Amino acid sequence: MSMFKINLRELAKKPNLLLPGHRLCAGCGAPIVVKQVLMATRGPTIVVNATGCLEVATTIYPYSAWNLPWIHVAFENAAAVASGIEAAFKALKRKGRMKYEHIDVIAFGGDGGTYDIGIQALSGAFERGHDFLYVLYDNEAYMNTGIQRSGGTPMGAATTTTPAGTVIPGKKEHKKPIAEIAVAHKIPYVATATPAHFIDLMRKARKGIEVNGPAFIHAFSPCPRGWRMPGELTIEISKIAVDTCYFPLWEYENGVWKLTDRSLAIAKNPKLKKPIEEFLKLQGRFRHLFKPENQKIIREIQEYVDLVWEDLKERCENI
Amino acid sequence: MSVRQRVMGLNGDEAVAWAVKQCDVDFVSAYPITPQTIIVEKFSEFVANGEVETEFVPVESEHSALSACIGAAALGARAFTATAANGLALMWEIVYIASSLRLPIVMAVVNRALSGPINIHCDHSDSMGCRDASWIQIYTENAQEAYDTVIQAFRIGEHPDVQLPVMVTLDGFLISHTLQNVKILPDEVVKDFVGVRKPVEVEIPGRGRIPLILDPENPLTFGPLDLYDYYFEHKVQQHEAIEKARPVIKQINEEYYKISGRKYGDGFVETYGLEDAETAIIVLGSTAGTVRYVAKELRRKGYKVGMLRLRTFRPFPYRELVEALRHVKAVGVMDRSGAYGAYGGPVYIETKAAFYDEDEKPKILNYIYGLGGRDTPPTMIRKVYEELLEVSRTGKIEKKMKFLGVR
Repeated sequence: MSMFKINLRELAKKPNLLLPGHRLCAGCGAPIVVKQVLMATRGPTIVVNATGCLEVATTIYPYSAWNLPWIHVAFENAAAVASGIEAAFKALKRKGRMKYEHIDVIAFGGDGGTYDIGIQALSGAFERGHDFLYVLYDNEAYMNTGIQRSGGTPMGAATTTTPAGTVIPGKKEHKKPIAEIAVAHKIPYVATATPAHFIDLMRKARKGIEVNGPAFIHAFSPCPRGWRMPGELTIEISKIAVDTCYFPLWEYENGVWKLTDRSLAIAKNPKLKKPIEEFLKLQGRFRHLFKPENQKIIREIQEYVDLVWEDLKERCENI
Repeated sequence: MSVRQRVMGLNGDEAVAWAVKQCDVDFVSAYPITPQTIIVEKFSEFVANGEVETEFVPVESEHSALSACIGAAALGARAFTATAANGLALMWEIVYIASSLRLPIVMAVVNRALSGPINIHCDHSDSMGCRDASWIQIYTENAQEAYDTVIQAFRIGEHPDVQLPVMVTLDGFLISHTLQNVKILPDEVVKDFVGVRKPVEVEIPGRGRIPLILDPENPLTFGPLDLYDYYFEHKVQQHEAIEKARPVIKQINEEYYKISGRKYGDGFVETYGLEDAETAIIVLGSTAGTVRYVAKELRRKGYKVGMLRLRTFRPFPYRELVEALRHVKAVGVMDRSGAYGAYGGPVYIETKAAFYDEDEKPKILNYIYGLGGRDTPPTMIRKVYEELLEVSRTGKIEKKMKFLGVR
């Protein structure tokens, strides 16, 4: 069991590992997720970053917002780069050329770099069992290149490659169940998290760091620009995503599924569950769904959310 | 005085694996592709039998193989990978990033024709395709040289003035799968020669000199976004680094001679019969053996022919080439890769460019040969020399570029 106790007073004294001055948008979920994950580090840590908003906006040469060793190589290979660092550490330690007893490796990738172009490297690293934590910050489209659809874009969302047209009203497909794909690899730890449920997120990040072997955290990461919503709604929309069961909070630890935080409360008291419209109506990317002719898409999204939620509850052993 | 060496029957791939084993490499990552696979198979045996302390990561693609090597090398490890043809093509993006991050990774490329059509046999289209990736490229002639060059490659790439990745190529099947007697140095001699990788240090204002690696005590940012205000300067630094590799390649060639008794020309070019030659052939890789054989035979018959084997292609030895060939009347440049829509093959273009500013220069012809592993027998080389002798007599070139052995 983790010895990690969350003491906010103590955490506030911990040096910032992602420093102010980066150029991510106001209201961006990514730096909040990253700061919370890095609050949970336990010692020497190296960060690997896939190409994307986070990489671009935190490291415009000659500036860097990273207060720990950080490497970016390309879009699709964060998990492979992390594999190399983790394995080389073992060799250098064995040969007496490593001054650290242990180094934790954390990789950050967006939805494009994880669901799509990076899934091969990620799956390979999971299968080989490298000891690292991969954090997906999911803003549900290719935001860095200008809001194109990804495998993480939800049904109905308007993006620049799935515009809300008169014939095709936004993306036609549901999100790929990425965290469940991670679970299918039988890795020791998988969890979902949001920046609004930060105690839950930090606890999960620490577990992901502490387990031996690969760990995966699917973090919800609102994008005010791409979701067409005010920046101050980032935390609010994260709460609503959980309250509507659009983005349930759970963890999978050594074969056992558990609901956590607010999602556990909803499972115990179904009256807390809000309709999906609450989530959709705050975001311009779903505005077209509220036209009379598209109402059926909202129903379809609700049915899908319910199906996934019921299925998840069945798997979870703590309800 | 060189030491006693063990003679082993090895193919080129096995010879490379032996070199990697003896160089005390920390990290190896690779993906199987013919004709490279024997390298990692052999190396896996060393790992499985506890003969090395290397961490071996058999990844799910060549793209990940080189990516993992970058991670390892950025941590300060000595890293090696090997590939061929389509595998190198899949790595393409990362090939350029490895050199821009200035990581001295060594990669064996077992030359194989690039798809399509798919083919597994030798030509140089794979490594020639990334000749401008700011990697040092050395083309070997046989299994012995492949072994020797991999050992040298770590010293060259890791030299503080260089800090660039090195590609050591060997012809697919012709070298990789052909059994030869290979002289293997004692382990401790190689270990002393290559030493342990010492990462360079960089001066950071306010932080002093810190190692250029991923080190939690001295955090550095590797691979940031680099726009129009700095990108260009960084690319010029790569240009300067590969220029600085010139004396290093020569020096390591000499130092290696002292421990092994073997050297390859001046490290860049190796010549035969050029002193009095009227015609010469420039060639890379295993075909050099065939060319040398034919040149010897023709010289015995009184023909003034010679040859130049281009060993190091990047950085390109334009001065050495000109010095060696300026007195020759006709030169045939053998290119084992296509040149679609170009003035000629890559070696031909470089050779012609090298001579452009010279007053005294030979007639230079281009022969594209051996694509997809097409056999290049002595009869074919004889015909090239005959044609070159004719050009040297008449001064007339009928056709600048020819395809050898095509029906």
